[in-house]
Amino acid sequence: MIVFFILAFLTLLFSLLVVTQRNVVHSAMALAATLFVMAVLFLTLDAPMLGVLQILVYAGAIMILILFVIMLLNPLSIEARPAAWWMLGSLGAAALCLQLAALVHRPAVSAEAAVPASFGGPESIAQSLFTDFALPFGLASVLLLVAIIGAVALAQRQR
Amino acid sequence: MQAPIEYYLVLSAVLFAIGVAGVVIRRDVIVILMSIELMLNAVNLTFIAFSRFMGSVEGQVIVFFVMTVAAAEAVVGLAIVISVFRFRQTLDPRDMQLLKW
Amino acid sequence: MTTNLLRWIPLLPLAAAVLNVFFGGRWGKRFAGILASAAVFGSFLIALRVFMLLSPDAVLRDTLYTWIESEPFKAQVSFQADALTAVMLLVITGIGFLIHLYSTGYMAHDEGEARFFAYLNLFVFFMSVLVLADNLLLFFVGWEGVGLCSFLLIGFWYEDPANTTAGNKAFIVNRIGDFAFLLGMLLLFWEMNRLGVPSLDFAALKDAAARIAPDTAVLITLLFFIGATGKSAQIPLYVWLPDAMAGPTPVSALIHAATMVTAGVYLTARLNFLFVLAPYTLSLIAIIGAATALFAGTIAVAQNDIKRVLAYSTVSQLGYMFLAAGVGAFSAAVFHLFTHAFFKACLFLGAGSVIHAMGGEQDMRKMGGLRRRLPATYWTYLIAGLALAGIPPTAGFFSKDRILLEAYASPHGSLALWLVGWITAGLTAFYMFRQLFLVFHGTSRAPESVQAHVHESPAAMTIPLIVLALGSIAAGWLALPSRDVWDPWLQAVLGRSNPAEHGEAVNETLLVALTVGIALVGIAAAYFLYGRERRVREDGPLWGTLAQKYYIDELYDFLFVRPFTAAANWLARAFDPGIIDGAVNGVAGLVRGISASGRRLQSGNVQHYLFAFLIGTILIFVYWLRR
Repeated sequence: MIVFFILAFLTLLFSLLVVTQRNVVHSAMALAATLFVMAVLFLTLDAPMLGVLQILVYAGAIMILILFVIMLLNPLSIEARPAAWWMLGSLGAAALCLQLAALVHRPAVSAEAAVPASFGGPESIAQSLFTDFALPFGLASVLLLVAIIGAVALAQRQR
Repeated sequence: MQAPIEYYLVLSAVLFAIGVAGVVIRRDVIVILMSIELMLNAVNLTFIAFSRFMGSVEGQVIVFFVMTVAAAEAVVGLAIVISVFRFRQTLDPRDMQLLKW
Repeated sequence: MTTNLLRWIPLLPLAAAVLNVFFGGRWGKRFAGILASAAVFGSFLIALRVFMLLSPDAVLRDTLYTWIESEPFKAQVSFQADALTAVMLLVITGIGFLIHLYSTGYMAHDEGEARFFAYLNLFVFFMSVLVLADNLLLFFVGWEGVGLCSFLLIGFWYEDPANTTAGNKAFIVNRIGDFAFLLGMLLLFWEMNRLGVPSLDFAALKDAAARIAPDTAVLITLLFFIGATGKSAQIPLYVWLPDAMAGPTPVSALIHAATMVTAGVYLTARLNFLFVLAPYTLSLIAIIGAATALFAGTIAVAQNDIKRVLAYSTVSQLGYMFLAAGVGAFSAAVFHLFTHAFFKACLFLGAGSVIHAMGGEQDMRKMGGLRRRLPATYWTYLIAGLALAGIPPTAGFFSKDRILLEAYASPHGSLALWLVGWITAGLTAFYMFRQLFLVFHGTSRAPESVQAHVHESPAAMTIPLIVLALGSIAAGWLALPSRDVWDPWLQAVLGRSNPAEHGEAVNETLLVALTVGIALVGIAAAYFLYGRERRVREDGPLWGTLAQKYYIDELYDFLFVRPFTAAANWLARAFDPGIIDGAVNGVAGLVRGISASGRRLQSGNVQHYLFAFLIGTILIFVYWLRR
């Protein structure tokens, strides 16, 4: 419980920093931190495999990609903060947050289910992935291929 | 002692709202992309929480797919950002409004 | 019985028409005519074969493909041939072939010969589709198609605006009738659907006819009859036929005398099972028919254009046919249709031969004395004229007498109808022989230059004349009182009609004698007035009225054409730009105004859209949670 509160506090702190930092690089660093903390949250939920993937894929690959782009484009200008627009956006988001939280009043499950020790490990995920989800898994690989080709085509210097 | 599922869900909702706020408020396309990643992570958290509390590993498999899609989205999104920046020298979405009357 | 012979009857002329359209100009004029004639001759041979295959109560069928399938309604492109169809087919292809042959001579000097023969073949195609159709929809295709060909051929010499005007007139007047026909067809289908037989096949119609509500039957048949008055030139829609003489003479012979104008008669005969359900319509048909016969006959007396006399004569003879149909004697109507096709085609072709010889002159006052110069034309014209006048033993005698007999003796007939028909018979003889005497007898009134090159027509033109003249005599012998093969042949299709059996006792001999008598009186009067030279002054108010066709064209012009033109002008000049365009522009302006403010919403800024999206999501959540 204590662990959860600490982790939740850190997550919210870093994610707020992502949104509020005026410097893009700072935002990116805060996002990386958020993703790390969330990986730990995943671990507390018996999802070690996904926790590791979170760090590898998100905090590793995607964050590096983002930082790379920032470095490549090097946008030095610090953006302005129109107060009215920030207020409006924040209020909207807060309203959404309230609505979403209101949904939690009707929990589908209350007690924690009993699970085997291997739950969330590579083996159990692989079991599911290669049997029930074989087709989506294949499709996901196609999606990644298309994304690669698309990214190359888009970012290529036009002749 | 494990925290009850409502805690995770509320945390996820707040995280999602922060992501939404970022998408709406920020005037930097890269930050908007990062906010989208935040929202995706919030949803992932929900999936994993439910997966754990229902004792079914399928939620985690879904999260695996979400990560795949997120990776693809980030790659394509950043490619678009590069391409747009090359033409317009800006990352401000207000300068990308050709698509109107 | 099924056969795939039938399809070739329309398809041969169609193929020839298509070939002539695309290659006619390249092949040379001679070949276009030969190809067209050969195609129709082929159709004639097939029609003969079909005729031999048939017995009075047999029906040949030939289904090509399903045209419309919309459950439960189904229309097929399917041909049927029964006794009635066979008769019509022989007339269309047989006389059609003779007229094609004639045209190869008549049109030899014309530039647009290939086009002419393409149209003519197309006409034969549509006409045979019309008589072969086994359902009303396909029938309607033929019906509209022959109207189209008629329009094209009337305006064949389109360089002269008068010809195209005549073509337009024919087309527009026909459209009025066609509209009524269409309404009748729709109403009939509606009624059939109500009866649980959603079909327009003639066979299905015949089976279900007895169950059709009497009032509806009257309305349906009335609408069909209006359609028939358009196509067959009856009061009040006859006005287009005399003007249709603007077309080449073979066209007048084929389309505006022998075949197309009889489509209305064929329609009533084909749907006789419907018409007998509606005695009210039948009596109206009889009255209109008799009135048209008399009316057109009187106009024909005072015409000076050789073709116009024949045109009004056609209207008058069609009136006879409707008179017969109106008293329930469909067989007599079709018989007159059959004989009339011979002698009227012969007369028109003879008139064409005269016009050809006179170098295009059509005014009878400038003719005369052609008897010796055009012997073949004269003798055939004389025979056909006798047939039209109803002098025994020509075909016209048999068919006209039969109609007059039915008009008097049939259960629907009456003395008044007979009397009108009888007077018309006298008029017919009079105007026919007035024309004959004016054209062929006396001394020539033509200028020297024209007289110099008056010549008999080539063999391609005289041979059809001779064949048709022989037909004008012999066609009537199919219904000799002693040996009648006509009625038994058509009985299964058209029902019995024998006045001696159901009518009051009549002295047939007396009626026949009276009819022949008045015809002879008419001829005698014509001889007396016009025989050697003209002995009557053609003026005075009565003559003027007749010569001006009772001013019906002027009346129609005043009643319909001018108001409609004025209304159309007003619509075009005031209503259309002001109200219609105003409404359209107004709506456009309104939309533009709204969108001018609305487009501010579309800023192009993604984040505005996202914010709107967010608000929308929240609202949906609010609704969903408060529900």
